[in-house]
Amino acid sequence: MSYFNATMTGRARQLVSLYPEPRSALVPLCHLAQEQDGWLTPEAMEEIAELVGVTPAEVRGTATFYDMLHTEPVGRYVVAVCTNIACLLDGAIELLAHAQERLGVPVGATTPDGLFTLEEAECLADCDHPPCVQVNHRFVRTTTAAAFDRLVEELSAGGHAEDIPAHGTLVRVRRSGGLRVDAGQIARERAAQEGSG
Amino acid sequence: MPLTDAPRIMTARLGDPDSYTIERYLETGGYQALRKALTMTPAEVAAEVDAASLLGRGGAGFPAGRKWSMLKKDPVTSLVVNGDESEPATFKDHLLIERIPHQILEGVIISAYALQVTRAFVYVRGEFALGLERMEQALNDAYHHGAVGADIFSSGFSLDIVVHPGAGAYICGDETALLESLEGKRGFPRIKPPYYPAVIGLYHQPTVVNNVETMANIPWIVANGGAAFAALGAGRSCGTRMFALSGHVNRPGPYEVEMVKVSFRDLIYAEELGGGIRADRELKAFIPGGASSPWFGPEHLDLPLGQDEVGQAGSMLGSGSVVVMDSSTCPVRAAWRITKFFFRESCGQCTPCREGSGWLERILYRIENGGGREQDLDLLLDICDNISPGVHWPPEQTTICPLGPSIPPSIASSLLRFRDDYLVHIKDGGCPHG
Ligand SMILES: Cc1cc2nc3c(=O)[nH]c(=O)nc-3n(C[C@H](O)[C@H](O)[C@H](O)COP(=O)(O)O)c2cc1C
Ligand code: SF4
Ligand code: FES
Repeated sequence: MSYFNATMTGRARQLVSLYPEPRSALVPLCHLAQEQDGWLTPEAMEEIAELVGVTPAEVRGTATFYDMLHTEPVGRYVVAVCTNIACLLDGAIELLAHAQERLGVPVGATTPDGLFTLEEAECLADCDHPPCVQVNHRFVRTTTAAAFDRLVEELSAGGHAEDIPAHGTLVRVRRSGGLRVDAGQIARERAAQEGSG
Repeated sequence: MPLTDAPRIMTARLGDPDSYTIERYLETGGYQALRKALTMTPAEVAAEVDAASLLGRGGAGFPAGRKWSMLKKDPVTSLVVNGDESEPATFKDHLLIERIPHQILEGVIISAYALQVTRAFVYVRGEFALGLERMEQALNDAYHHGAVGADIFSSGFSLDIVVHPGAGAYICGDETALLESLEGKRGFPRIKPPYYPAVIGLYHQPTVVNNVETMANIPWIVANGGAAFAALGAGRSCGTRMFALSGHVNRPGPYEVEMVKVSFRDLIYAEELGGGIRADRELKAFIPGGASSPWFGPEHLDLPLGQDEVGQAGSMLGSGSVVVMDSSTCPVRAAWRITKFFFRESCGQCTPCREGSGWLERILYRIENGGGREQDLDLLLDICDNISPGVHWPPEQTTICPLGPSIPPSIASSLLRFRDDYLVHIKDGGCPHG
């Protein structure tokens, strides 16, 4: 163990223990790594591979399938503007154009100061507040250009530490309950499976 | 309940901003249905759900009771709950996960008991950061309350639940892709047969997959009996259902209404629901059940919100999302954006879906932006025909999963309805809607 820091290592081990098969923890572990560093570094992928018993290439191959997992550095804030159908009907393309102008970068790019990465999102399931914007996967509900600009200013000044935490969708998720089902049972299931497969 | 006097099964607790806490849940009768279920036999609980005629709320509308009866109980079985909600303009599970996680969990625990399953997974869309926090907290509290874990409420029944985060991929909503994802792999839909996860599912073991809203109905059904649920609605469409209304209405939002007893017109125009179209514009068209469903026009407004009724009229209720487009809407732009969505989200396993979606997107883009040619309209339909032969409804499926055949309906139905709009784009060299 060298990539995850001490606290993260504990959480990583707990995540692996939740599943009958360690590989199931692969994506949650990627979220943890992003919480630590903002993105999935090669070292992170190596350690995750070790934790779940696959090759680093398999971790990379899996991670690149998912939009939320970044195999390259991203800004401190990932700003996602939805332009799917409900938001499209309410000015999303225009808001996205404004966001590019305000941040000075095209979709997919990061501002030179490393603060913002802009993304064009698919439907974020908040279609009654169009156009929908998320920052680090928090719904910010800035539906106008003016509100968007205000948020960018506040974030640039270090605001919103409470409501828009850093990366990692599990950053405030902690498991304290269970597992109470007999660990021996899971071990037996695994053995039975190995026997049959 | 707007318009009828049906009980609020999904939304009764939502008036309270703290509805997600265990304290509020217990104060409002939470986990009483679970206690009742544990005094019944698992078969009795399953029989109530079967009698309720609860159609799955995830999009396919498969009867939950029948799905449960198909589960092969050998060797180890799982229950997986689909909270990946990513179908465009669908936003009801998002609400339920954030606001009533305990009601969902109680449904999961009761279902697991009925199915005699000792482990369950709740897959929550990765972008729902707050939803994941609320669901995990609810789960922790449910463990400490004794409602999950070993020997639940001293009944002898044990169950463990894991809340699993997704990571951004629409295709993982498909149940077989969801299972792959839960196994830590790319979300590639599985090749059929076997058709049903109930035969081979998670870790190659029999698995029931149900939607979040489906689960949230279970406590009410157990508390009040399957017959009471079946008495709501009509035909096969029983109970109430969440509809996510968006687009050009005065009051977009998620609404719970009694199935069949309420029409699209009610949903869009009733004061307590959509409140009519903005600026009193005319209705141009509406999408009745998610991005995969053929569009409807004003002549369909009086159709009741029932699965078979909408199916027979040539579309589907699907994921329960209704998108309203007023007279100012450009149908080419709308069809283009929906097609772009499928292009971005195609997993790439099947050639017609992978290649066809991008080709269609590019053609629609050039029509919208002034580069369209007259032969493009036939070309669009020809490509659609290659993805789903015949381009009819319900669509033919030759691909691994239903995403491919979901691409043609918005193109074909908008073209059928608004061919003149398309032609003006081509003739004038651009979008007349500005
Ligand atoms: C491309 C695709 C996306 C889907 N997305 C979802 C989804 O986000 N949530 C969901 O519950 N079902 C979704 N489904 C349907 C599931 O495959 C499955 O039918 C459903 O989860 C079963 O639950 P139910 O019987 O309770 O409805 C999707 C299906 C397809 C083909
Ligand atoms: S139809 Fe499309 S999304 Fe479905 S498996 Fe094939 S390529 Fe993937
Ligand atoms: S269409 Fe933008 S959030 Fe749903």
